[in-house]
Amino acid sequence: MIDWEPLVLTFKLAATTTVVLLIIAVPLARWLAYTRSRIRPILETLVSMPLVLPPTVLGFYLLIAFSPSNAFGGWLQDWLGLRLIFSFEGLVLASLIYSMPFMVHPLQSGFASLSPSLQEAAYVLGKSKTATLFKVLLPNMKSSLLSAVVLAFAHTIGEFGVVLMIGGNIPGQTRVASIAIYDEVEALNYAAANTYALILFVLTFIMLLGVYLFNGGYLQRLRQ
Amino acid sequence: MIELAFHKTLHSADGTMPLRVDLRIKQGSFACLYGKSGAGKTSFARIVAGLLAAEAGRIRVNGATWYDSEAGIELRPQQRSVGFVFQDYALFPNMTVEENLSFALRRGQDAGIVRDLIELIELGGLRDRRPAMLSGGQRQRVALARALVQTPALLLLDEPLAALDAAMRARLQQYILRVHREYRLSTILISHDVSDILKMADTLLHLEHGGIVWQGPPAKYFGRSSLSGKFQFSGELIAIEAQDVVFILSILIGGNVVKVVADESEVKALRIGDRLLVASKAFNPIIRKIDVNPDDERIPRS
Repeated sequence: MIDWEPLVLTFKLAATTTVVLLIIAVPLARWLAYTRSRIRPILETLVSMPLVLPPTVLGFYLLIAFSPSNAFGGWLQDWLGLRLIFSFEGLVLASLIYSMPFMVHPLQSGFASLSPSLQEAAYVLGKSKTATLFKVLLPNMKSSLLSAVVLAFAHTIGEFGVVLMIGGNIPGQTRVASIAIYDEVEALNYAAANTYALILFVLTFIMLLGVYLFNGGYLQRLRQ
Repeated sequence: MIELAFHKTLHSADGTMPLRVDLRIKQGSFACLYGKSGAGKTSFARIVAGLLAAEAGRIRVNGATWYDSEAGIELRPQQRSVGFVFQDYALFPNMTVEENLSFALRRGQDAGIVRDLIELIELGGLRDRRPAMLSGGQRQRVALARALVQTPALLLLDEPLAALDAAMRARLQQYILRVHREYRLSTILISHDVSDILKMADTLLHLEHGGIVWQGPPAKYFGRSSLSGKFQFSGELIAIEAQDVVFILSILIGGNVVKVVADESEVKALRIGDRLLVASKAFNPIIRKIDVNPDDERIPRS
């Protein structure tokens, strides 16, 4: 029988990352979609960097930054009691950065696809920015919202390089499924590697299929 | 009294244009802002509503100051007592007709007005429909009703009839006039359609290149050409054909193409796309009732 811990840890990491990321990404995506600020291209570039950068680059710099032997990492450890390397919290933080574009991009295009007059109509009717977000904007971009959540979740499941760099391979702490597969292959334990791999394959397939079915309108057509 | 005095530099594809207005409108009047596209009409309405920031000036409506650059006052759109009907209606797709109206209620406001308005615009049977399931004219009526829920001091209508066919347009004009009188609103309608203006407005504001070039009663403006026509239609010139010694002009009036004879000296000054006034008197027209089903909002069968 395989050890279920890496799978449980993977989903715990993905769920935590997705929830935190959603809270950060919704206001950020809304701002990016509507602003005319000059720093917008810079922020867009930063958000998109994890798409093209090797995960090891990101992992390397995070490792350097969070290492307790450096000023920032030392400050975190001394003042907040946070140790971000080789810990679950560190993995969450790295995943937030790493999965950021997968959450922000669908949301940003969702906001941009709404007619600007929807938001303005709500303002003229006396509604605050927050009320407009929850009552008018988000309910009209459900498919973007679903894409963003599922892509960010699935992408966090698929993380490897970043985790290896700053998380290492500590059972119950940082040993996620993708690391476990690598480990089992190293040990020539192909049967266990195959079990992990197959579970990840099937689960991510189902999640993405769900998104495409929902956004493609197949479900609505089936119901009729 | 509504006092609108502000300026703002507008940026467009053709460069910059200053929008500079200074005008007063009587409370309760129905003003029409008339002008070519690109004259700054929509920007004018957006500045009044607070959706676009002016550079300097003063906006006062019925004694309340909405904007005063000298005193440093600039109310947000949320704080202005304004109703705005957008060109694309801007109905919330996730809400039904009734929910669109209820959403507009102020905190603690009596919901009775939502029922009254639904009745007034005759959409009782459609109250549970989403905007996607409504026709253009029905959406327009919902947008109009929604803008009135908070009983604003000033109602702004940004070309609300532009996308509708002639029959629907005439009905909507009636609805707009009805709510204007019923709720004793001050209304500013943006339109470049002469029939809208002649039927509804009591004040015409002609906006050209960012400035108000004429203000006064519409009949006076369109009667300037010293015509006392018994029949007066406005339309768009769509074709000029030469035929022997005369020219045949095809003019689109409402949904119909009308052919009018013109001589060479008249044609010289005309271009395809020009807005024309077709007037005639001293002939006896035939009048026949057209059978229209009141629930059918398409063009009537002739």
